[in-house]
Amino acid sequence: MTASYQLKRADFIFKNENDWEQVLQKSISRSPQDLINELISSELKGRGGAGFPTGLKWKLTAEVSDSVKYVICNADEGEPGTFKDREILSMVPYKVLTGMAVCAHVIGAKEGYIYLRGEYFFLLPELNKSIREFEYYCKEINLDFTIRIFMGSGAYICGEETALFESMEGKRGEPRNKPPYPSNYGYMGKPTVINNVETLAHTFTIFKYGAKRFYDLGVQYSRGSKLFSVSGDTPKPGIYELELGMSLADFVEEFGDGDTKAVQVGGASGFLVPRKRFNETAIGFQGKLVGISLPTGGSMMLFNSSRSMFNVLDNYLEFFREESCGQCTPCRVGCQQLLKGIKAVKRGEKNAKYLDKLLRLTETMKLTAKCGLGQSVANSFSSIVENFREEMIY
Amino acid sequence: MTKNIKISINGIPIEVEQGTTILDAARQAGVIIPSLCYHKDLCIAGNCRVCVVEIAGQKRLAAACATPCEEEMEILTNSLNVLHSRKQIIELLLSEHNADCTSCFKNGSCELQKLASDYKILKQDFIRLVPFKNYTIDKFSPSIIKDDSKCIRCQRCVRTCAELQGINALTVAYKGDQMKITTFFEKPINDVVCSTCGQCINHCPTGALVERNYIEKVWDAIADKSKHVIVQTAPAVRVGLGEELGFGPGERVTGKMVTALKRLGFDAVMDTDFTADLTIMEEGTELLTRLKSVLVDHDPKVKLPMATSCSPGWIKYIEHLFPDFLDHLSTCKSPQQMFGALAKTYYAKARNLDPEKIISVSIMPCTAKKFEAARPEMHDSGYRDVDYVLTTRELAIMIKQAGLDFMKLDDSHFDRLMGESTGAAVIFGATGGVMEAALRTVYELVTGREIPFKNLNITPVRGMEGVKEASVKIENPLEEWTFLDGVELKCAVAHGLVNAHKIMELIRLGKADYHFVEIMACPGGCLGGGGQPIPTSPEIRKKRAEAIYAEDEGMPLRKSHQNPEIIKIYKDFLDHPLSEKSHHLLHTHYVARERF
Repeated sequence: MTASYQLKRADFIFKNENDWEQVLQKSISRSPQDLINELISSELKGRGGAGFPTGLKWKLTAEVSDSVKYVICNADEGEPGTFKDREILSMVPYKVLTGMAVCAHVIGAKEGYIYLRGEYFFLLPELNKSIREFEYYCKEINLDFTIRIFMGSGAYICGEETALFESMEGKRGEPRNKPPYPSNYGYMGKPTVINNVETLAHTFTIFKYGAKRFYDLGVQYSRGSKLFSVSGDTPKPGIYELELGMSLADFVEEFGDGDTKAVQVGGASGFLVPRKRFNETAIGFQGKLVGISLPTGGSMMLFNSSRSMFNVLDNYLEFFREESCGQCTPCRVGCQQLLKGIKAVKRGEKNAKYLDKLLRLTETMKLTAKCGLGQSVANSFSSIVENFREEMIY
Repeated sequence: MTKNIKISINGIPIEVEQGTTILDAARQAGVIIPSLCYHKDLCIAGNCRVCVVEIAGQKRLAAACATPCEEEMEILTNSLNVLHSRKQIIELLLSEHNADCTSCFKNGSCELQKLASDYKILKQDFIRLVPFKNYTIDKFSPSIIKDDSKCIRCQRCVRTCAELQGINALTVAYKGDQMKITTFFEKPINDVVCSTCGQCINHCPTGALVERNYIEKVWDAIADKSKHVIVQTAPAVRVGLGEELGFGPGERVTGKMVTALKRLGFDAVMDTDFTADLTIMEEGTELLTRLKSVLVDHDPKVKLPMATSCSPGWIKYIEHLFPDFLDHLSTCKSPQQMFGALAKTYYAKARNLDPEKIISVSIMPCTAKKFEAARPEMHDSGYRDVDYVLTTRELAIMIKQAGLDFMKLDDSHFDRLMGESTGAAVIFGATGGVMEAALRTVYELVTGREIPFKNLNITPVRGMEGVKEASVKIENPLEEWTFLDGVELKCAVAHGLVNAHKIMELIRLGKADYHFVEIMACPGGCLGGGGQPIPTSPEIRKKRAEAIYAEDEGMPLRKSHQNPEIIKIYKDFLDHPLSEKSHHLLHTHYVARERF
């Protein structure tokens, strides 16, 4: 294991910084092109889990000509095992708001929205106070930008960006067909940048300290640091900022309870990694880091040997059975079949070979579901069944 | 000018217009990609995923209906990946579907059944999901039966109700495995704003939405020797029925239809077209009376524009959504109900029959007519005026059940007394037809001259545009109508309730300066009705409309007031339009309904 794959702590996001006014003022005095270049050279990728290059997203939206554009902060943090965005919004809201304002300056937007998860209503009073103060300052420096909060109603699917737009437009929260993409046709059909809370907070770091400071963290293809929501069988659950690119073995060494059997990386829609693969797995985006590289929105759930992987999978599938929006066949019916299928195998109503049929089904779901969430709901199924097949049967 | 782009489908190069979807491009290349949620009348949903295809260089499969072609795109519609996935998606749909095919009304005409057959899904080992859900069949409506256990959630009905009709009686509720198509507070479809137009049935690929059928009741009535069973056929049926029985769209089968009905055993086969002509006499006179009340007497209680009342879907719609504007509706019953009321009075008397022994059946392109016939007001003959309403599709089923080789049938004529009609009546079946028929008669009544359109074809009110406008200037009227001298009679025509809404909004805002509006609930008018053959599409409706106008041109008489049986009925029975007897039998009133 080379040095770069070790676990390294970082401290940017929650670092108490009282200079957001200066960072904002300095940033908006720069040209949009300059800011885009800075962001692109930082190689920041979306922290919600999908990992789309943030600089490119801003660039594409900036290039579309339209008098009305929007910046949206996706705070519909719904992935099971993820609880970092809530902390960011309550501890350092100004970093997020600054990131939104700079984005608005770059793409030419005047309105921003925070789509706040329905269960986070308790954040409202403080967050609204911060927004009022922030807008007051924007006015002082003649920056025409307002931010409003849109409360979600608790549907997991509304974290999917196009379902989120539909929800904001007062419609049923169902993902749209893509293309068109949000950079051309987003909220209200207008060019829209939609970024995760953490992504926007990272842009603050980049605009304050410069791209190099961020780029120097992490490894190739996976630059910078990231917040991890650590939960499960661990003596120290919580939120940790770590550099990307660490091996899972290192992570378990730090956070495990000495008996870690498997780690679910990326929440219910992520992958389960069994102990035998800890060494060859690294946490980061595409590209060969070690053996397997796993992107993540930051959810790390540890399971020790007392846990039944059947129960774990059953729990995830129950979640998706309910939280699929229900519009497309592979996701709606697929989730029901996977859930009913493992129960039937466990009860002996279907033989073990039925698991292979279900694995084939997960392939179809990945290939054909309408949205990113539908395509990833079967990840946990395939990784758990492939690695813990005997626990599904006996 | 639109740009062309080069793509390849299954290795065969083809050039298509930019913006063409993969599904359409493939059809141009002669490749049929199967689809379910796609419908030509509706916006793209992309949710059934049956039409997935492989695009070179892309990891995931794309929905052909929702993906526009891009330059140099290499598309595979039949790769192993596609075939496996598609087959599994069909299997998933079947696992969630009550595939009790042999006892389904749509057996043989179900799109899911066809896919299952095409892809030979012989082993269904996914777990059957239907038993886990508490499905109940909604049978409360006299028009529509909704069976959620057969629903595949393609949302064609939802889009139909929203986009074609602007009603949203059917919407999506809940999510995940509970996701379903339902109504406000999951009330029975009969208790919500539903217009009963049946367009949802016409667009449903499976048996989840079907008409309530009265086939067996009609067979029973025919077999009952103590009953005299008469039947009337609506104008649009004769240009649609052929599609169910071997002909292509737009084939006129009037004579064969009459022969078939006689062979089925009906005691008399007469024509709704007769009462369509009668409607023109009553409604035309009502319009002139209203014009006089407004223009001469300035009676504030009389409302203009006057709106047609032939389409029961439109009537139920306005009762729900614009209950304050019912005064705008003509009080005339629809031709079906005029026929019903006359069948058990005028016809019974003339034939010396006990009206209690008469069973009156109608063949309609419409499901709302079933609701209309069941309205409590429709008992003016002293009995239920129309006993059973069958759709065009139900009639086709009866013809097949009777083993009639429809294509080989000879032509025959409608029976007398209420079987004669004019070209003005047959065009009731197309959007703009009632308007055109009314103008032909009203203009001539007022001026004594034929309406000045070449060959009597009032083309401005024809065609498939959503809202059409026309005006006719009245000059040198007969003495009785001098108050109309110089008046520009302004008319509007709308079809599809989403277009009706546009006109009603104008009226609501006081911005409609029309005198007379024709509104039909269904796209294209009755020829695109909810009881017409499935499938429907803009092209099919266009062909049916062409057939309607060809039928009109082929008629010796083309103005309602020339119909000799109409002249006779006024002479022998009704006296004159708007007489006391007509008021009793041929006119009705409307009720305000709730808006949910």
